[in-house]
Amino acid sequence: MVDTTSSSATTGGSLMARFLSRFGSTNRMPILIVIAILWLVLMLAIALSADLISPYRFTQMDLRNRLSLPVFMGGSWAHVLGTDELGRDVLSRLITSIRMSLLIAFGATIIGAVIGVTLGFVAAHFRGLIEQAVLALVDFSAAIPFLVLALAVLAFFGNSLVLFVCLLGFHAWERYARIARGLAISGKMHGYAAAVHQLGASPWRLYGRHILPNIASTLIVSMTLAFPEIILLESGLSFLGLGIQPPDTSLGNMVGFGREYLSSAPWIMLAPAFVITVTALCVSLLGDWLRDRLDPTLS
Amino acid sequence: MLHYVLSRLLRAAVSIVMVVTFVFVVLRMSGDPATVIMGADAPPEAIDAFRKAWGLDQPVWIQYFAFFEAVFSGELGRSMRDGRDVVAVVLERVPSTLSLTVPAFLINIAVGIPAGVHAALHRNSLIDRCVMVMAVTGFAVPSFILAMLLVLIFSVNLGWLPSAGQDSWLNAILPIATMGFGGAALLARFTRSAMLEVLGQSYIRTASAKGLPWPAVVWRHALQNAAIPTITIIGFMLGGLVAGAVVVESVFSWPGVGRLLVVSVANRDLAVVQAIVLMIAMTMVAANMVVDVLYGLVDPRMQGQARGARR
Repeated sequence: MVDTTSSSATTGGSLMARFLSRFGSTNRMPILIVIAILWLVLMLAIALSADLISPYRFTQMDLRNRLSLPVFMGGSWAHVLGTDELGRDVLSRLITSIRMSLLIAFGATIIGAVIGVTLGFVAAHFRGLIEQAVLALVDFSAAIPFLVLALAVLAFFGNSLVLFVCLLGFHAWERYARIARGLAISGKMHGYAAAVHQLGASPWRLYGRHILPNIASTLIVSMTLAFPEIILLESGLSFLGLGIQPPDTSLGNMVGFGREYLSSAPWIMLAPAFVITVTALCVSLLGDWLRDRLDPTLS
Repeated sequence: MLHYVLSRLLRAAVSIVMVVTFVFVVLRMSGDPATVIMGADAPPEAIDAFRKAWGLDQPVWIQYFAFFEAVFSGELGRSMRDGRDVVAVVLERVPSTLSLTVPAFLINIAVGIPAGVHAALHRNSLIDRCVMVMAVTGFAVPSFILAMLLVLIFSVNLGWLPSAGQDSWLNAILPIATMGFGGAALLARFTRSAMLEVLGQSYIRTASAKGLPWPAVVWRHALQNAAIPTITIIGFMLGGLVAGAVVVESVFSWPGVGRLLVVSVANRDLAVVQAIVLMIAMTMVAANMVVDVLYGLVDPRMQGQARGARR
């Protein structure tokens, strides 16, 4: 237990192996899924090592090299993806933006899952009036486009990073709540839940240690399906100038500012647009594939 | 059937009460509504009049009911920018938005459903693969990126179509195309999977085994059953259309409700934001109710079990 990194890596590895072995052999994995996983690993690596690998600071200006071309359009290797209107290196900004967007998406997905699962379990445990209240909330948030709700909250409360992440966390909570409630209710019918209950376990223990692990695979699939939606939502709001505020930068934010230079310097906008699209595509491909693998109701 | 419609109406009413409550709570939490709605530099007598009119000197629960009364009599305050009644400010933008969303919605349906049906009937054919690639792309390319790519191609490079404004009908083409594509892709994907599921059912096999010609099987048995899940998705798509309008109108500087919402959020013109949110929410609730009732008409099973209809 001294070398924590290696021990956590081995448990991670064995967990992953168990995870994979539980859901069929890995050698039939389609090539598209392999590419998707590789791309996501690359994105994660970039996000984790952003400060080490970015060639410049993302705010560093080089006013003599404004709007310089990227390499593939005949620019210099000093700025591989070119520079923007203030001479800031697009590659460095892209790397920082990837970290910001992934951080927000991870944070918001986890917040959404925790809120949704908690409310779903509460509804399943108490039933009656409390369940009806939760279901009414579910109906309510399914009825209104989340983008509009988010805009309203941003208008009334102003903007800050913490508020923004929490706000995005409310995206898709109702889906988790619906799933968690349904599965918890059917889980409670099973013998194991009744046995644990008879043994005197508290509701916390029953739901946390016994029902949650049993519905985890369905929840993981929902999370992979919600994750790209949050990336798109965040980039959409930031694009509108209502999400991440400068000097911070995110992928949508870069596209939004690049819009001003669409005719003269399209590379400012194309690089982050490409990353947003491919990342959303990869996560949703992976999510679809996982769902086909994990969701027994589909086969 | 009456019971079913009534229970849907009740649910819609509950949703509207919750929307109004949401706006009320958010408004109260964000500070003094009088200064928030009227602006901090409004003359004190105007603020006093506003307080009296909205009963802000009363206890909270009286304010809550007064707020309902104000909402349903359409008195939602004045725009911070020009002092006009917000309901009028928002309503005059509605035709602009409808001129984009209605054609886009028609494209969604006219392209999405046939594409999905065709893909399902010719599974694993070239067209099926094309539809699936389009469907996945339609999900992964967000509308603002698609919009800017279209501008880059058709306005900047080819110079065929204008990129912004509302000068002629040519301006509407790119925004409608942006919204039309995303929704059509989504609808094609759902229609395809709904059709595939129906085609795998035993009654389809029975119908074709008793010698019914295949087109009749598809038309009479498959399509009508696949319509049920598809109608639900169309209900959800309306929300996506509204959200899409917010983004697309902003990209193309189209003077509709969505652009007004974004500008008002940026300027913190809260009376306008409040009016738009209430209006969109009520439209959505009404639309979902219509979809629910349609669902009941299409699916006779729903009429008997109106109360157990929750997914």
